[in-house]
Amino acid sequence: MTPAILAASTNLGPKFMLIAPEAVLFAGAVLCAVMGLSHARAFRAMVPWIAVVALIATFVTMLKVWTPEAATAAQLPMPMLGKYIIALLCVVGVGHVLASIGSVDRAVERQVASGTGAFDPVRVIQGEFYAFILLSLCGGMLLCHATDLVWLFLAFELCSLPTYVLVAIGRGADRSMEAAIKYFFLGAMSTATLLLGFAFLYGATGTLELSAMRESFQMQAQTGGIGSVAIVGMLLAVIGICFKLAAVPMHFYAPDVYEGASSPVAAFISFVPKVQGFVTLIVLLGTVGWSANGDSSIPPVIAAVLWMIAVLTMTLGNIGALLQRSAKRMLAYSSIANSGYMLVGILAGPTVGIDATLLYLLTYGVANLATFGSLAAIERNGHEVDSIDDLAGLRVRAPMVAAALAIGALSLTGIPPLLGFWGKLDLFVASAESHQRTLLVIMALNSGVAAFYYLRLVAMPFVQEPTPRTQGVSPVPSVWPRLSALIFAAGCIALPFFANQLKGEAAAAARTDLDKQATVAQSVEK
Amino acid sequence: MTLAVLLIVLPLIGAVLCLGVSERAAKTVGLIASLVVLAAATLLAFEFPAWTTGTFWPNEEGWKLFTAFGVEFRLGTDAVGMLLIILTAVLIPCSMLVSFSAITQRQRGFYAQFLFMESAVMLAFLARDVILFYIGYEFTLVPLFLIVAIWGGQDRRPAAIKLWVYSFVGSVISLVGFIYLAAGHATDTGTPINFSVQTLVEYGQTLPASTQWWVFLAIMGGFAVKVPFVPVHSWLPLAHGEAPTAGSVVLAGVVIKIGQYGALRFAFPMAPEGALALAPFFAALALIGILGMSLVCWVQNDVKRLVAYSSIAHMGLALLAMFAFNVVGMEGGILYMVNHGLSTAGMFMCIGIMYERYHTKDMEVVGGLMQRMPVWSVFMVFFAMASLALPGLNGFVSEFLCLMGIYTADAGMKTGFPGILGPTYAFLAALALILGALYVLRMLQKFVFGPLREPSHGHGGHAHGGHDSPGAHGHGNHAAHAIQDVNFREILAMAPLAIACIVIGVWPKPILNVIEPCAANAVAPYVKLIERDLANPPRATADESATKTTAAPAADKGAIQ
Repeated sequence: MTPAILAASTNLGPKFMLIAPEAVLFAGAVLCAVMGLSHARAFRAMVPWIAVVALIATFVTMLKVWTPEAATAAQLPMPMLGKYIIALLCVVGVGHVLASIGSVDRAVERQVASGTGAFDPVRVIQGEFYAFILLSLCGGMLLCHATDLVWLFLAFELCSLPTYVLVAIGRGADRSMEAAIKYFFLGAMSTATLLLGFAFLYGATGTLELSAMRESFQMQAQTGGIGSVAIVGMLLAVIGICFKLAAVPMHFYAPDVYEGASSPVAAFISFVPKVQGFVTLIVLLGTVGWSANGDSSIPPVIAAVLWMIAVLTMTLGNIGALLQRSAKRMLAYSSIANSGYMLVGILAGPTVGIDATLLYLLTYGVANLATFGSLAAIERNGHEVDSIDDLAGLRVRAPMVAAALAIGALSLTGIPPLLGFWGKLDLFVASAESHQRTLLVIMALNSGVAAFYYLRLVAMPFVQEPTPRTQGVSPVPSVWPRLSALIFAAGCIALPFFANQLKGEAAAAARTDLDKQATVAQSVEK
Repeated sequence: MTLAVLLIVLPLIGAVLCLGVSERAAKTVGLIASLVVLAAATLLAFEFPAWTTGTFWPNEEGWKLFTAFGVEFRLGTDAVGMLLIILTAVLIPCSMLVSFSAITQRQRGFYAQFLFMESAVMLAFLARDVILFYIGYEFTLVPLFLIVAIWGGQDRRPAAIKLWVYSFVGSVISLVGFIYLAAGHATDTGTPINFSVQTLVEYGQTLPASTQWWVFLAIMGGFAVKVPFVPVHSWLPLAHGEAPTAGSVVLAGVVIKIGQYGALRFAFPMAPEGALALAPFFAALALIGILGMSLVCWVQNDVKRLVAYSSIAHMGLALLAMFAFNVVGMEGGILYMVNHGLSTAGMFMCIGIMYERYHTKDMEVVGGLMQRMPVWSVFMVFFAMASLALPGLNGFVSEFLCLMGIYTADAGMKTGFPGILGPTYAFLAALALILGALYVLRMLQKFVFGPLREPSHGHGGHAHGGHDSPGAHGHGNHAAHAIQDVNFREILAMAPLAIACIVIGVWPKPILNVIEPCAANAVAPYVKLIERDLANPPRATADESATKTTAAPAADKGAIQ
């Protein structure tokens, strides 16, 4: 071990300082789980609010502890990435929590309230539900602290595992069980692939530390190129991550799982695993190439594979979405397509592309929640709204939800000046600046296809008149899902006014310190 | 600058107000808001110092909202943009006036959509940054889609979807061109990305011809959908056919003008070499459009679609004249934008007023309306003549200039207006004049003159009005005896357009004076290129095209004899 790495592993103080936000969130998760089992109804009803408060507290803690000095002291590969991702997950996470209020335990709580049923700790799941949401967010945040593959993998799993449970318990229907089983087994397979990839990487470099791994790769690159073991390992890891991104070739589960999951959970798993996947991808690819000044790039094989994945993902996603009659399946395919777009930023590289991908994660997260949240905010005869036909004439039954849905869909389409446009613009510019012209054209054509199916989510509520089928469509009893969708739809309109600041934050987050650390290590060795 | 910002913000405020007031008050609020915008536009026109200089004003940077993306909030326009701004500001209240009785459902939304659209159009005409322009250009789609899809005729949904998809894909293609240019500029100069029009124009002209070819193809290809050029035109007749009257008026008068304006403002100056190289291709498309659509008009019985098809032919001629790349042609093309906006909008208003009374647009079903609605007939004939280019009306001036520009734009000719194209193109384009006379006169003969034909009771109203269309309201059943001539409100809506048609027709000097410097600016890069080509014949392609254009008329003459 080089002295620098020794120094890094012994220098744990700054690292512990930085995980204070996650510690707060973890405490919130535990509190949620405990409070969910309380006999007092008022306490149980407080659970979502505990989650909200925990997220806000996490956000505030992050603002306190995450200074550039602290991040540099902790020797993180990308010092400000965590700040951006934690802020993103906290803000959008609050929206997800609000969107899911009232979606679990409704029947049980109604029975308890009316006195027809007694409280039974086994039957209520509210506590677990919100605890798992917080734990998954916590995992996503911890990813940004990774300085070695073990940490990366543990955080990755902490982010993944709760989502399987959320799919299973979110709806209380057989289909959600089926979806959860499918999600879990495929997820386990993808994790195994990822882990195998990590093993190969370890074999190729003899280290688990990201900075040491980077040095080893740089040395290999100078002396006859990066070995095939490392390339295979990297490819396996990428394939494993593709599952989280719902990218080709690991995309096929997404429509079934999203359809089986409850709408708030579908909203959650269409966003948080994407953040998880892209952060892992960015951190991991940072070790094989990419320096701060952008002169070295990822090995051509990996770039070619990522290129194909990006093109196939956006194309298949958009074509698949065209064919759907179910709103949730359509949005599932749309989330596949959006992963394809974001991969374009990854391909464009560190100086222009990573910040574009990070910014797009935000614009996608906000618009996606406005859209999915709107679906979560309405029901038909007490069941989830699924078919697009159920949305006909929604403006009559729930005007605010219809507006939020339309704004979210327009933002996902990339209609200027909504938030989604700025995300897309940044990705377009990134691909043009990195000379990925073919990719630019393919992406532009794809967004043309996407404009066609997102239009349904605008046209159905606003253009179509209500049909007999939509008689039973009404907003859900709780006001919070509606409010969440509305707030995030308003965000699609208002956030462009802060586009400069958001872009600045994303650019800061995309900055990598690996080179600086490498030079420090070299000088220490000398 | 304040006025320029107000032009964009005022309609937005009006739209929000419209959505907020009661259903009954919406039309009044909408009209007042649009009149306020008209007042602001008039003030801006008086304050505008650059009428005869061809420069941009105020050309100032406002809010620094999107600077991290290389987007400047820079507003400014030249005389051409100013004319289009005034045209927009006039057309919006007129189109609102004409819909007062036609739109009976969801009125709040209807008037709000027009104001949203006005705001976006103003932004597009005022922007000095391509992304800012793109925001306005693209955003017009949302209100336009809703106007067609909600308040349109029977087949409104497919029409609206087609409108959406065509326009969206077209504008994204233009966007790719812009981004390609901007990214090239950023990497070549090592500066952060910058979308300012000025920068991109300067950079675009320095690019090698092969790159410019692609840039022009992308930017112009996108605008070609909006203009529209022939293979990508099919959305327009559908959209016009199904749109409510006011929607057609604004679509024909303003929205498709953004396409031509975009070509003039961005495609031509940013890639002059590409434009020269691709001019024969686009000119051929324009000619196919002019002739083909004129023939289509000849057999069209749906009056509204007839006007829509004729509008494709007219816009083709306007673009063809621009592709001549001489001052006369450019002037003609620009004036054509304004004139077409006036006369076609007027025709759509007339047809809409008639449709409101008969619920049919079929010339076979309804005709000889001179006997029923004499005042209406005067307007109809007037606007038809204006679009037919009757001397003394506005259409004549622009059409004459266009043809002259095309004719004299022969590289070999010593006319003082060098350009490309030439007499062959002018001859073919002039054929369209004859065809235009044929179809317009056929329409007038059937529709306005001739024996009175009215839909029989109960049929016309339902078959065409469409009971599921909220825009149509049913007094078609007992229509025939209750048909009224145009009322004061409708005259008030059409009169401004008619007056403008006459003024431009008999006294075109002021407006031409205003357009000329802008036209000269637009052709300036081309004059240099054409002179260079004339001076250096070795450039094989230029040589070939020159011989082609001189040889072709001879062949044509032979064919005629």
